[in-house]
Amino acid sequence: MKPNRLLMAIPYIWLLVLFLAPFGIVIKMSLSDLAVSIPPYTPQLDISEGWAGLRALFANLDFENYAWLADDPLYINAFTSSLIIAAVSTLLTLLVAYPLAYAMACAPRRWRGLLVMLVILPFWTSFLIRVYAWIGILKSEGLLNQLLLSVGVISEPLVILNTTTAVYIGIVYSYLPFMVLPIYAALEKMDGSLLEAAEDLGASRLSAFWLVTFPLSLPGVLAGCFLVFIPALGEFVIPDLLGGSNTLMIGKTLYVEFFSNLDWPVASAVAVVLLAILIVPIFLFQRQQQKVSEQ
Amino acid sequence: MTGRFSWFNATSVALGFAFLYIPILILIIFSFNESKLVTVWGGFSTKWYGELLQNEAYLNAAWVTLRIAFVTATVATALGTIAAMMLVRSGRFRGRTLFTGMVYAPLVMPEVITGLSLLLLFISIGMDRGMLTITLAHITFCMCFASVVISSRLVTFDSSLEEAAEDLGASPLDAFLSVTLPNILPAIAAAWLLTFTLSLDDFVIASFTSGPGATTLPMKIYSSVRLGVTPEVNALSTILIGLVATGVIVASLIGKRAERITEAT
Repeated sequence: MKPNRLLMAIPYIWLLVLFLAPFGIVIKMSLSDLAVSIPPYTPQLDISEGWAGLRALFANLDFENYAWLADDPLYINAFTSSLIIAAVSTLLTLLVAYPLAYAMACAPRRWRGLLVMLVILPFWTSFLIRVYAWIGILKSEGLLNQLLLSVGVISEPLVILNTTTAVYIGIVYSYLPFMVLPIYAALEKMDGSLLEAAEDLGASRLSAFWLVTFPLSLPGVLAGCFLVFIPALGEFVIPDLLGGSNTLMIGKTLYVEFFSNLDWPVASAVAVVLLAILIVPIFLFQRQQQKVSEQ
Repeated sequence: MTGRFSWFNATSVALGFAFLYIPILILIIFSFNESKLVTVWGGFSTKWYGELLQNEAYLNAAWVTLRIAFVTATVATALGTIAAMMLVRSGRFRGRTLFTGMVYAPLVMPEVITGLSLLLLFISIGMDRGMLTITLAHITFCMCFASVVISSRLVTFDSSLEEAAEDLGASPLDAFLSVTLPNILPAIAAAWLLTFTLSLDDFVIASFTSGPGATTLPMKIYSSVRLGVTPEVNALSTILIGLVATGVIVASLIGKRAERITEAT
């Protein structure tokens, strides 16, 4: 069916109005100033003034908030520590996910459906609840410390909750399915006779893995890394609930600026910078998705 | 890949699933704890479930969340189906790159950015914030998930079947309804379930776009968790996990049965 044009326009217009246009508003807001009024910013467009109102609006926009972000080490630290946390936890997720995905692809065919469902199932349960579950495990009188103390591995409770370690655990745990599934999909498609050929030609199992299996699974690895890194960079719930006040992450900074400090212009400037950082990985991710879907 | 399931593989699977499921199991076990302390076992009890069912704030929030999720899933799946048709069947059209970008970007966009930008939009057009604005926000990102799920099925479906129906005299709409739709129905059902869960689950975007009087369940859970770990939240989590697990298992059984029926015919 040649899709009906009028019908087709609905999702297009919907996304233009509710996804793209709001970014314009965020950019405009990031150039405004904080003010004691409702809503709390200035300048505001005065429609009754018509053309002059619009000109006055543009005359009062400036880059003050960006200068503020660049000056205050709080924001720079938040950006760098978010980048580090997101990169490290993407790597950790990959290390946990790869053996699991590999084993799933090696499993007998009749088990695979069940194994995939078991990986997806936690993803269907509430994200907030899964993060919450770790609080009871990681806190100083929590279950992990109780276990380690009773076994005698440690003599006093470890402090894990409200540290960066807890954030790593939370991110790896929450985003694991996003890494496992693309890698599994890539490995499952692989032709097993390639491995046999490599081994017939004298490669050890390990070198056959590095020379044949791993390169073939790279598209899945890449997709998984994008799917973890991009949302992790702007993550709010995990650093807020598990990282405590010690963990500086940009998503949390934005949230606090907006809801606690009520500084909409600075919150918007933070969002614009975060988006500018993310545009490259998002663009690469899309290119990769398109390539995969065209194959 | 052909199976050579080694000890290393078996250990990976065991450790991987232990990591995924032990926290959830602990959460469920402690929801039946008599003690108010979530980490000390004080005997079996179902009292937290009783208290939960009498807590009107939770019940109201659950009702608000369910209504939003139902409308969101329905509208987002319909729009997602149209978007998927557009991505898979339209070939090249003007603004295709922009459209593809707008469909894929929300999948990975940090929630704080989506939430903030939608809130500023609603404020700038003077819309009162509440259930309606949360629903609009949810439809926006959910329809992208729906269209990705549906288009992956649509790609594998042979469009010449539809052309054959049209050659035999069916109108394009008839051909879509009687040939394509039945074939992509499993994907549409999966998309509906996925978007329903995503909407049910969302905290960040809902907290940006909601207003006074519209508190969703995740917002309520978040504010109680901020105050400390409570057995009531464990009980609520257990109920939600039970519902979702049942739903997913039933859906997959229905899927299996449908597969067997199509194989048999």
